[in-house]
Amino acid sequence: MPVPVLFEYLLRLGDNCLILSQRLSEWCGHGPVLEEDIALTNVALDLLGHARFWLSYAGEVEDEGRDEDKLAFLRDAGEFRNVLLVEQPNGDYAMTITRQFYFDTWHFHLLKELQASSDLRVSEIAQKAVKEATYHLERSTDWVIRLGDGTDESHARMQRAADDLWQYTGELFETDEVDREMLASGLGVDLEKLQPPWMEHVQKTFAEATLTVPPGKWMQRGGKRGIHTERLGYLLAEMQFLQRAYLGAQW
Amino acid sequence: MVATHPTTNEIWSWLDEIADPEIPVLSITDLGIVREVEWDDIANEFRVVITPTYSGCPALDAIADEIRRCMREHNVERFRLTTQLAPPWTTDWMSDRAKQRLQEYGIAPPAHSLIQIEAAHPVCPQCGSSDTKLVSRFGSTPCKALYTCSSCLEPFDAFKPH
Repeated sequence: MPVPVLFEYLLRLGDNCLILSQRLSEWCGHGPVLEEDIALTNVALDLLGHARFWLSYAGEVEDEGRDEDKLAFLRDAGEFRNVLLVEQPNGDYAMTITRQFYFDTWHFHLLKELQASSDLRVSEIAQKAVKEATYHLERSTDWVIRLGDGTDESHARMQRAADDLWQYTGELFETDEVDREMLASGLGVDLEKLQPPWMEHVQKTFAEATLTVPPGKWMQRGGKRGIHTERLGYLLAEMQFLQRAYLGAQW
Repeated sequence: MVATHPTTNEIWSWLDEIADPEIPVLSITDLGIVREVEWDDIANEFRVVITPTYSGCPALDAIADEIRRCMREHNVERFRLTTQLAPPWTTDWMSDRAKQRLQEYGIAPPAHSLIQIEAAHPVCPQCGSSDTKLVSRFGSTPCKALYTCSSCLEPFDAFKPH
């Protein structure tokens, strides 16, 4: 396996978790009720744990002295490989829950498949992470139904969030050279094959939530190649400030 | 002079005295965090293997520090502490004694991990009623969910089956 390809693949896995974790952490102390504040930060904590596993491995594979912290705090936006969906701002609670629901559904199926990776370390991380991802998916599915099939106001906000974020879901299944190479080696998964089960769960959940699955076909892309929305820069500015200002600072 | 070292059983009993930093009523061995204690003849050192409960659990670093401190306190200098992810930690590894202690401490112990959380209905640790309902899937730590008892009306933490 050529190192740059595996490194790239691991960055994608790690950056998705890291950036979404950071977004969810922004809710800390601002949740609509205490239980939700705690739940969102717990999900963030799980995702941060996953990010550490992936980025530590990425650093070892690269073998240039970058550990998980250096990879998280000392890369600029163009070097991040997360999908655009996870860097989208929290918005209202409908936006946060819908972003989570789209991601969790994909993440669950991705990790389920990655358990069978030919790379032992990848398989072990996936086996660990899928247990938490299952729980996250149960939770975000519950909330989509509760808010979608809730009041007129919550329903309208959920439909708006579902529509607005839809354009970022295509990238989840987009397959490029890196994905093809990882798939051919038995290490990665076929992202296109994740789309039907993802769609099935979204349709089933939206039906129960009285929401309409957005019909849009045009999709935003670029995050996996380091082309991001301007929102990532602001997120990184906050996340990386301390390590940028005081290089190597220890807690 | 023949070098002597403690038996693995002795080490297990020392580790059994290290409390979990977040649920001090349980030891790290009760929770199933310590997976292996072995003497490695070739490296001439003990190998201690631990596993995280939840991926992001911040207690793992504190636990590793405690293990190192404990080993040195017992004059064991030659040991290697490693973290292992697979097989992933499950609440099924929790001892019956641990479940009993949790119950007495006011935290409903986990049901078998294969049972869905909604179906599990933890028994209220205060009054023993099984008429309980889930308030939030997450509680004060990643390993717990928040329930309330419909009989005595007390809220309580339940250890999630994982």
